[in-house]
Amino acid sequence: MSHLADPAAAALEQYLKAHESRTLLRFLTCGSVDDGKSTLIGRLLYESKMLYEDQLAALKADSKRLGAADGELDFALLLDGLAAEREQGITIDVAYRYFSTDKRKFIVADTPGHEQYTRNMVTGASTADAAVILVDARRGILTQTRRHSYLVALIGIRRVVVAINKLDLVGYSKAVFDHIEESYRTFAESIGLRDIVCIPMSAKMGDNVTTPSANTPWYRGPTLMAYLETVEIESGADQGPLRLPVQWVNRPNLDFRGFSGRIVGGDVKVGDRVRVLPSGKESTVARIVTQDGDLDRAITGQSVTVTLRDEIDISRGDLLCRADSPASVADQFESTLVWMSEQEMLPGRPYLLKIGAKTVGVSLVTPKYKINVNSLERLAAKTLHLNEIGICNLNLDQPIAFDPYQGNRDTGGFILIDRFSNETIGAGLLHFALRRSQNVHWQAIEINKQAHALLMGHKPCVLWFTGLSGAGKSTIANLVEKRLHALGRHTYLLDGDNVRHGLNKDLGFTEADRVENIRRVAEVARLMADAGLIVLVSFISPFRAERRMARGLLQPGEFCEVFVDTPIAVAEERDPKGLYKKARRGELQNFTGIDSPYEPPEQPEVKVDTTVCSAEDAAEIIVAHLRATGVFDPL
Amino acid sequence: MRALTHLQRLEAESIDIMREAVAESERPVMLYSIGKDSSVMLHLAAKAFYPSKPPFPLLHVDTTWKFREMYEFRDLRVRQLGMELIVHVNPEALRLGVNPFTHGSAVHTDIWKTQGLKQALDKHGFDLAFGGARRDEEKSRAKERIFSFRSAQHRWDPKMQRPELWRLYNARKNKGESIRVFPLSNWTELDIWEYIYVERIPIVPLYLAQPRPVVQRDGALIMVDDQRMPLNAGETPVLKSVRFRTLGCYPLTGAVESEAATLAAIIEEMLLATTSERQGRVIDFDSSGSMEKKKLEGYF
Repeated sequence: MSHLADPAAAALEQYLKAHESRTLLRFLTCGSVDDGKSTLIGRLLYESKMLYEDQLAALKADSKRLGAADGELDFALLLDGLAAEREQGITIDVAYRYFSTDKRKFIVADTPGHEQYTRNMVTGASTADAAVILVDARRGILTQTRRHSYLVALIGIRRVVVAINKLDLVGYSKAVFDHIEESYRTFAESIGLRDIVCIPMSAKMGDNVTTPSANTPWYRGPTLMAYLETVEIESGADQGPLRLPVQWVNRPNLDFRGFSGRIVGGDVKVGDRVRVLPSGKESTVARIVTQDGDLDRAITGQSVTVTLRDEIDISRGDLLCRADSPASVADQFESTLVWMSEQEMLPGRPYLLKIGAKTVGVSLVTPKYKINVNSLERLAAKTLHLNEIGICNLNLDQPIAFDPYQGNRDTGGFILIDRFSNETIGAGLLHFALRRSQNVHWQAIEINKQAHALLMGHKPCVLWFTGLSGAGKSTIANLVEKRLHALGRHTYLLDGDNVRHGLNKDLGFTEADRVENIRRVAEVARLMADAGLIVLVSFISPFRAERRMARGLLQPGEFCEVFVDTPIAVAEERDPKGLYKKARRGELQNFTGIDSPYEPPEQPEVKVDTTVCSAEDAAEIIVAHLRATGVFDPL
Repeated sequence: MRALTHLQRLEAESIDIMREAVAESERPVMLYSIGKDSSVMLHLAAKAFYPSKPPFPLLHVDTTWKFREMYEFRDLRVRQLGMELIVHVNPEALRLGVNPFTHGSAVHTDIWKTQGLKQALDKHGFDLAFGGARRDEEKSRAKERIFSFRSAQHRWDPKMQRPELWRLYNARKNKGESIRVFPLSNWTELDIWEYIYVERIPIVPLYLAQPRPVVQRDGALIMVDDQRMPLNAGETPVLKSVRFRTLGCYPLTGAVESEAATLAAIIEEMLLATTSERQGRVIDFDSSGSMEKKKLEGYF
């Protein structure tokens, strides 16, 4: 390093003191293979003298071997990582690089460009204070520039450097630079990026990387290094009032009970009033304990252990907040999700959500829309695939404390974990709590029919058996239910006679009562279908209008009318309950087929003629129909 | 509001990582290799859980070939801290008398360290192990996660690693699987030395220069630490003022000539250093990408 202090001990001590007070900046580099990103990072390492002789020797040898011009260094080769990706010629991940100058230590998240880009870039961006977006001066603002910028804005990085690179290849043209800067600023404004610095640069030649370039006398701004050394690091003030997620309850003995965690917002002082969420209990900070002695005050970024004046129940996952500006508590949210798994998102499936030190159960509602990261268009979506971003509602199985992500990345950002593979399958940003979850009542929840059906593993459906008394509806419905049950399907059979013993025991057999009978049964069938069941309804239901009404309560495709077609003579011949005899004797009024009409279905989904097929065959036909129409398919 | 210094930010992150790992595991352990990184990690653990003691034991996977001063230092530190220390010596390696001279560094390291570590983790049923590796040590480590997932066979699959966002670490695993956690991931060698200096952390005296008997072998200065080391024809140990940048098995650890006998002097030398730290480790030179191969097989 160029700044080496005087070897005299006092001078060294002074140097170390200065060194100790350096700050740490984490930044992200975005760009595709051809933008010269690896070359830029390689040069930053090289120019900050972070390369050792042996590394430099290896670099020289590799550069030569891989065909770089004589004596030139291919800085990109420094950034090679895993052997597997060397063999495949692709980079599969985020790599972290380290270098430092007199003023700062830097951690660079290097996210390479390829199809996994969104996932890796979001990962790298999540811990970054600033972003460097590379633009090839010859090509200007491209689709990928917009994509990088959108993701940077989404993750909440406010400070952006646009490195307009390869300016040597356009003759260090001010006009080219100005044009790109102007069009970038217009675009950036539209996605909410405001704190932007554009730097004319050639990473390969070293222009404006660490030293101002003689080739761009018209440029008065900072070099990239000067910018990185001085850009403001987001401090606690940016993250609002106190937020301290409790990671670990510290109990060395019965006399000490401390709450350990890292402050992710604001500051905390002895004597501060704090509120614990989600319980809402309050107390006062008694001590801020560290091994190096108690502190009076601690700020964002510090890992501390606090004790409180009162004995209140606090456990891992709780959030300590400043009492007069606590976080919100809710269990339903609108969020932006970034899907990170090869397995597509399944709305309704139970996943885990980790936020702060808290892990809770969550189910995702079908996305409202997804975002094309290239065009920023909103697209209709039923699910999210790897690297897709969508707007989704979430339902948690318990309330959590949170802030909108825009206000605090740490209390508004979460990851999603698959319960079985334990894979991290997605990440998300909480925007706001859904109003309904803050009300007392619960019925308007979004665990909808689809969500229920997903757990069931089949689509909900109502099999509506209609036909004369004694046609064989109940016999066939029973057989169908048995078969479905054996197949592991969730069913319920609503039988006309049984329902009349309870729910409909107040109804007689007048036409009005018959209509009401059918209406109630249809409503019950609909609720059961909402619950995700395959409902079998075995009712004479003689009138087309009621059957049509029942059909209308359900979604297209969910209602399956089964006409059990048996001529009256055959039914009367069977007369399993002796009802026809009673009716013929005049002991039963309004008996369908005798003195009340039966309106046969005009277009039933299934028609079984019991004069030519057995009840077993009929059941088989119906199950086959369900299979053919996709009721068993997962959603 | 003043921003934290880089060392404060690194310290806070490491403490955060350790607390999270302990809270999310059933039976954690800290791998203790006696070196400077282990010393820093141990110091951070004491801070993370203060006033409690770190709620896990230390595990030293011993090869019987460490420097004598390392063993002395280890036993002293453990006594001072009052922590439990588990020393695992691979019984198979002991029976076969595996050593770097007859078996070569690759076999020696694999049997004593890689196999020994797996044996120890399985024997005690540890589901999470802290290691002191840093990402700046070696290229393949640059992409290593802080929470690194291992199969029930202790294998590392670079394609199955979990994305790490914000400060949210996914430490969930199925029975038999384990997690390696690297709290020093974001530290560089210079950070380590500065932190040792600022925090006055005890380190093995081998890091400081003093006259030691060494021989020049395969381009490295190897210290003759005991009688077990066979000398080649013409080799005579010479007293030279040397220090070590990394510590391991003495026959595999190259010394650097140095007069830096104090921490401040070491840091000054660091700033002038022109060779990278791992060059002192003979094991890395076995073959290209060798560290990565060792990792796939379960080496830390």
